[in-house]
Amino acid sequence: MADATADGAQQARSSLASMVYDPKARGLFFQIVVFGLLLIGLYLIVNNTIENLELLNKKSGFGFLSQTTGFAIFDSLGTWAVDYTPGESTYWDVFLVGAINTIWVAAFSIVLATVWGFVLGVMRLSKNVILRWFSTVYIEVLRNIPLLLQIFFWIAVLTGIAPGKRDDPMSLFDIFYFDSSGIRGPYPIGESGAGVFYASILIAFVIAWAIGKWAHKRQDATGQQFPSFWVGLGVIILLPAVVFFVMGQPIELEWPDRGRFGFRPGLGSFIEVSFVALWLSLSLYSATFIAEIVRAGILSVSHGQTEGAQALGLSAGVTLNKVIIPQAMRVIIPPLTSQYLNIIKNSSLAAAIGFPDVVATFSGTALNQVGQEIEMIFMMMMVYLFFSITTAIFMNWYNARKRLVER
Amino acid sequence: MKKLAFIGALAGAGLIAGMASAATLDDVKAKGFVQCGVSQGLPGFSNQNDAGEWSGIDVAVCRAVAAAIFGDAQATRFTPLSAKERFTALSSGEIDILSRNTTWTMTRDTQLGLNFAGTNYYDGQGMMVPKALGVTSALELSGAAICTNTGTTTELNITDFFRANNMDFSLIAIENSDEVVRAYDSGRCDVFTTDRSGLAAERLKLTAPDDHMVLPEIISKEPLGPVVRQGDDQWFNIVRWSFFAMINAEELGVSSENVDEMKSSDNPNIQRLVGVDGNFGTEMGLTNDWAYNIIKHVGNYGEVYEATVGPNTPLKLERGVNALWSKGGLQYAPPIR
Repeated sequence: MADATADGAQQARSSLASMVYDPKARGLFFQIVVFGLLLIGLYLIVNNTIENLELLNKKSGFGFLSQTTGFAIFDSLGTWAVDYTPGESTYWDVFLVGAINTIWVAAFSIVLATVWGFVLGVMRLSKNVILRWFSTVYIEVLRNIPLLLQIFFWIAVLTGIAPGKRDDPMSLFDIFYFDSSGIRGPYPIGESGAGVFYASILIAFVIAWAIGKWAHKRQDATGQQFPSFWVGLGVIILLPAVVFFVMGQPIELEWPDRGRFGFRPGLGSFIEVSFVALWLSLSLYSATFIAEIVRAGILSVSHGQTEGAQALGLSAGVTLNKVIIPQAMRVIIPPLTSQYLNIIKNSSLAAAIGFPDVVATFSGTALNQVGQEIEMIFMMMMVYLFFSITTAIFMNWYNARKRLVER
Repeated sequence: MKKLAFIGALAGAGLIAGMASAATLDDVKAKGFVQCGVSQGLPGFSNQNDAGEWSGIDVAVCRAVAAAIFGDAQATRFTPLSAKERFTALSSGEIDILSRNTTWTMTRDTQLGLNFAGTNYYDGQGMMVPKALGVTSALELSGAAICTNTGTTTELNITDFFRANNMDFSLIAIENSDEVVRAYDSGRCDVFTTDRSGLAAERLKLTAPDDHMVLPEIISKEPLGPVVRQGDDQWFNIVRWSFFAMINAEELGVSSENVDEMKSSDNPNIQRLVGVDGNFGTEMGLTNDWAYNIIKHVGNYGEVYEATVGPNTPLKLERGVNALWSKGGLQYAPPIR
């Protein structure tokens, strides 16, 4: 019996001792300690902030979001989407206006930067000396000049070359007009039956997509090619056109009109010059980084692949599009994601030239009216976090699809 | 919502955590200088010369407070602030006084934890247009594009004005004030709006200042003045009375040139002002020659006005509503007694 007790005690001691020497248990212990310290730290920060805010007699909370605003924001996608009207819209609407404008300029910039970046990247590896040198000089110059200066450069160039706001505008086929305030064109106003027309556009795109999918499958199965691009384009143009006339031309165009101060606000479609300047500078700047990523991706594909493709008699264009780029994409996509996130975050420089993005409207104008910087800057950070994480999730999904499938 | 506010509070915790203690005067005396928040460069109000010295009508308020405390108008340090940063800098204790052409409004006074110590310049929002437009009244501006700064009250006022008069307009609000001037100069907008004093100052930056004119309408009240934190009445009194002393001095005819002679004046009002009679200074936590030092080292309100924004400066602003009450203006200070 005595032996058994001693044995039990020894066992208990050894299990405690073994806990100390067990890396798993030790790890867990320190994790808990660190987590506890983190909680205490967070509590202190929150508590301190609340106490200090009370000492400062400042308002807190998110009640301001339902208050109406009294300031105007010029016509942009955001004001159009939420139908922004000073005196009726709320601060929440201002937040939405800004967020939509941020997405708008970032999305446009991502598209142009990607296309231009790929072109530059391929050019930089071209055998043609002029193309190669152009690309090299372009990349080295633009990526080494701060973006803010490029934004100022573009707004100065655009307002400088375009005719003044009150002078005769430049026009493109008398449909689109350019002056130093921006680009104007007709605005479609739908009458009865317009819904069917809009739906037909959507349906045409779906059909074109389905044709492409079918052609791809058929080629995989039989090797026969099908001009799916041209057929798809035909569907996209013809189907809505037919529906448009069948429905009795349900779209009325509203044209911009000129008054004493040039084009009058609120008539026709309008893109302000700051959007164009921001879009160009963001795209042309980010394209340099994307070009280098593309170059790295292409160089990562072994030269044997090109030789193999040539041996099969594939043309240079097919070799690039079907052999090199698909393999390079695996290297390109992860750093490309970072560039997209940079574009989204860099779009916050919009405030400098007056484009009403979320920083300029919400943490600029609205913050000054409300004065609750903690809540508003917090919302600001959350909106960028949301955009960035959404982009990252999408790109990770795309990356997973393009990954080398190991068999 | 409350929970969200807590989480939101995290973001600014570091900012607010450094809040200064209540007794600003003790802090300032210990530091040996007054830390003053000013603009990033608005001629006449707060602007730096080539040698890095600050001057202007807003800077004079800071110098007056420094003179009242230390007897030395140079015991000041300046923090240039954007319109957006200014209130955070004050409430976090980074500066002791905010003297940065700041409009006194009810929201700011009651909801931001601030106190306005007075009005050192009565301003109003105006509009500038190119003369070539042939516009003579702001009521003719329907359809115009208007440039202004973000982070100010001007966006609200101009929207109110156009809505009240049922006029279309498009408002371009730009953060950087030089970029606003450039946008107006390049013809991106037809009208430039800000406080009339600001228009006078910014006009100097245009390529052809004489081709532009300020319209007669004044569409808002913009009382500009120094601001302090709420909750320190002693400091509030010092700033407020340092400014009042300058106005009283002008009213009583005491200037930086004759203040020494005025010490032997028979006028009891002047005796109290320059500290010969009574102990108004020590009751405030200062010395009794506080106002004497202000007048001696900074000057009275009229002297400061003439030297910074008056008709003989590039800004060419007439006294107008900023004349003393006894001369048909609004500048009025309670008596020292």
